[in-house]
Amino acid sequence: MKKAQPALTGILLEDEVSIAAEIERFDDAISKAINEIEFIKQNTRLNLHKQGLEILETQIEFLSDPQIREDVVEKISSDKKNSNDALIEIITDMVTIFENMDDGYMRARSADIQDIGNRILKHLSIADHTFTQQFDPDTIIIAEDISPSDAITMDKHVTGFATQAGSKTSHAAIIARAKGIPAVAGCGNGLDAINNNDIVILDGINGLVFVNPDQQLIADYMQKREAYIENGNRLKQLKEVEPITIDGTKITLLANISTADDMEGVFDNGGEGVGLLRTELLFMNRDSFPTEDEQFEFYKNIALLSKNKPVIVRTIDIGGDKQLPYFNLPEEQNPFLGYRAIRICLDRTDLFITQLKAILRAAVLGDLKIMLPMISNVQEVRDAKNILALAKDELLKENASFKPDIELGIMIEIPSAAITADILAKEVDFFSIGTNDLCQYTLAVDRMNEKITHLYDPFNPGVLRLINYVIEQAHKQKIPVGMCGEMAADPLATLLLLGMGLTDFSMGAVAIPVIKNIIINNDLSTARHICKEVMTMDNSHSIIKYLQEFIS
Amino acid sequence: MISKDYMITSPQGIHARPATTLIRLTKNFNSTISLKKNDKLVRLNSMLNILSLVIKGGETISIIIEGDDEIIAAEAIDLFFTQQLKEI
Repeated sequence: MKKAQPALTGILLEDEVSIAAEIERFDDAISKAINEIEFIKQNTRLNLHKQGLEILETQIEFLSDPQIREDVVEKISSDKKNSNDALIEIITDMVTIFENMDDGYMRARSADIQDIGNRILKHLSIADHTFTQQFDPDTIIIAEDISPSDAITMDKHVTGFATQAGSKTSHAAIIARAKGIPAVAGCGNGLDAINNNDIVILDGINGLVFVNPDQQLIADYMQKREAYIENGNRLKQLKEVEPITIDGTKITLLANISTADDMEGVFDNGGEGVGLLRTELLFMNRDSFPTEDEQFEFYKNIALLSKNKPVIVRTIDIGGDKQLPYFNLPEEQNPFLGYRAIRICLDRTDLFITQLKAILRAAVLGDLKIMLPMISNVQEVRDAKNILALAKDELLKENASFKPDIELGIMIEIPSAAITADILAKEVDFFSIGTNDLCQYTLAVDRMNEKITHLYDPFNPGVLRLINYVIEQAHKQKIPVGMCGEMAADPLATLLLLGMGLTDFSMGAVAIPVIKNIIINNDLSTARHICKEVMTMDNSHSIIKYLQEFIS
Repeated sequence: MISKDYMITSPQGIHARPATTLIRLTKNFNSTISLKKNDKLVRLNSMLNILSLVIKGGETISIIIEGDDEIIAAEAIDLFFTQQLKEI
């Protein structure tokens, strides 16, 4: 579908009177255009998403932009151009400027500028450039480009669209996402081959368009579509639901992430922040330690995407099975019991201070907290606090902006830390239980050794007692306690952990809806009862069997 | 005249939506409110001018306010950059 492009007329104005009249005509067209958008706003309010409304608000601001008016008025009065030509020239210039910007988002704004230009032009002339056409059900629109206002007013029978131009950040694409209809933008000339009444499969997830596909492909996509809709509905329903038990206890569900790219998935799955940001990736795949500024960039990008929700940053956790080529750690007999994590940091304070400074600086941009891994005694916490104080001193001297009152917590993953939780709780702002290492160290089981995997058992009463004790002591000292190990994502453990009094669960983002579903369908008193029962059992086999009864 | 620097705390920077909010905010005041990035100065009343600066998250900009109500205008602008921008 092609829309008529507005053309220059070349007609020049004769005198001052016609210049004044022409400016008035232009101002009149702008108010009509604004009124038109107000009208669309009023009439679509009920079935328009928040994003759609915001885009219309933005268009109103574009229309009333004094810079556009100033430039157009200048062309009318100095060059005696008519308002139609003046506007086309100004808009074309602006569109060209934005089209040539390096920033992808700003390039996509050129479509908005063209759109508002066309809207004003429409009111300057009699010609109608928008399509308010009615379509048959299940229509897929193939067009050169689709303007944001076309996308907003699009007929409900349109089930998707593909465009030659545009990108996924165009406002038309944003509206398509908000409306939940598939769209593929920027397809190029390939679309020319499509004719009216062709059968088209539009794969908005992978950005694919199939023309006249065979029966097999149609069947495959029908199935994919159903699964996608079903999954989407389930997620959507759960995403907006708060994780509150039937009897009203608010639980916080967080995600474990490694990069800024993971942030989108956190919020898509209904996560309320990050319970564990692993920083190892920052140190891997390179030849030397990252500088403070390089690290700052990494934390900054995550902070900026965090919507001011908490992000717990775990400091360097290298050593053990995570080696760095440029950091010559000697071969060890027992790497998991050796020189790793906080032990390296307290030895190589230069590395530690660099990381702490970068985190402190980025914490101005989001609610970052610091978490120390592998703590085995209280002295390590005190030493780390001293180094944190040094890092702040250095930043003060450098006159850098940072967050001085950043929270400091520790991972509870070594049995001695779990057993002395009462002591440690007095020194820190929060605990996070790392069940993977806690399990391995408590049971003296190497997770990687295939011969003994059956002994690696988080439901061993010894492990459960430790976890229960840590939660109890954290409550006594009134500090928050979370869990970021695999157990937090295990549906079998959810009610038990709730019963122990755990309130913060952090896990891979995709597990969040599953755990949330358990929380919202149970109450705390039942969970407490389950916990009490489990604590009287003497082996994990009976514990697991008992817990399975509750999640079927 | 009041002048103050701000670090942009929204990940996408000053894109169309925050720019709209900002323009509407400045309309409440008589003062002339301008934004400066790397020596380029624009009035805070034009979408195109603001967007053409391509202000990204993490960058620092200055706001310059001049007029009879500059003190309350500065307070409102301060609230926008320190609080609201993160939530937009």
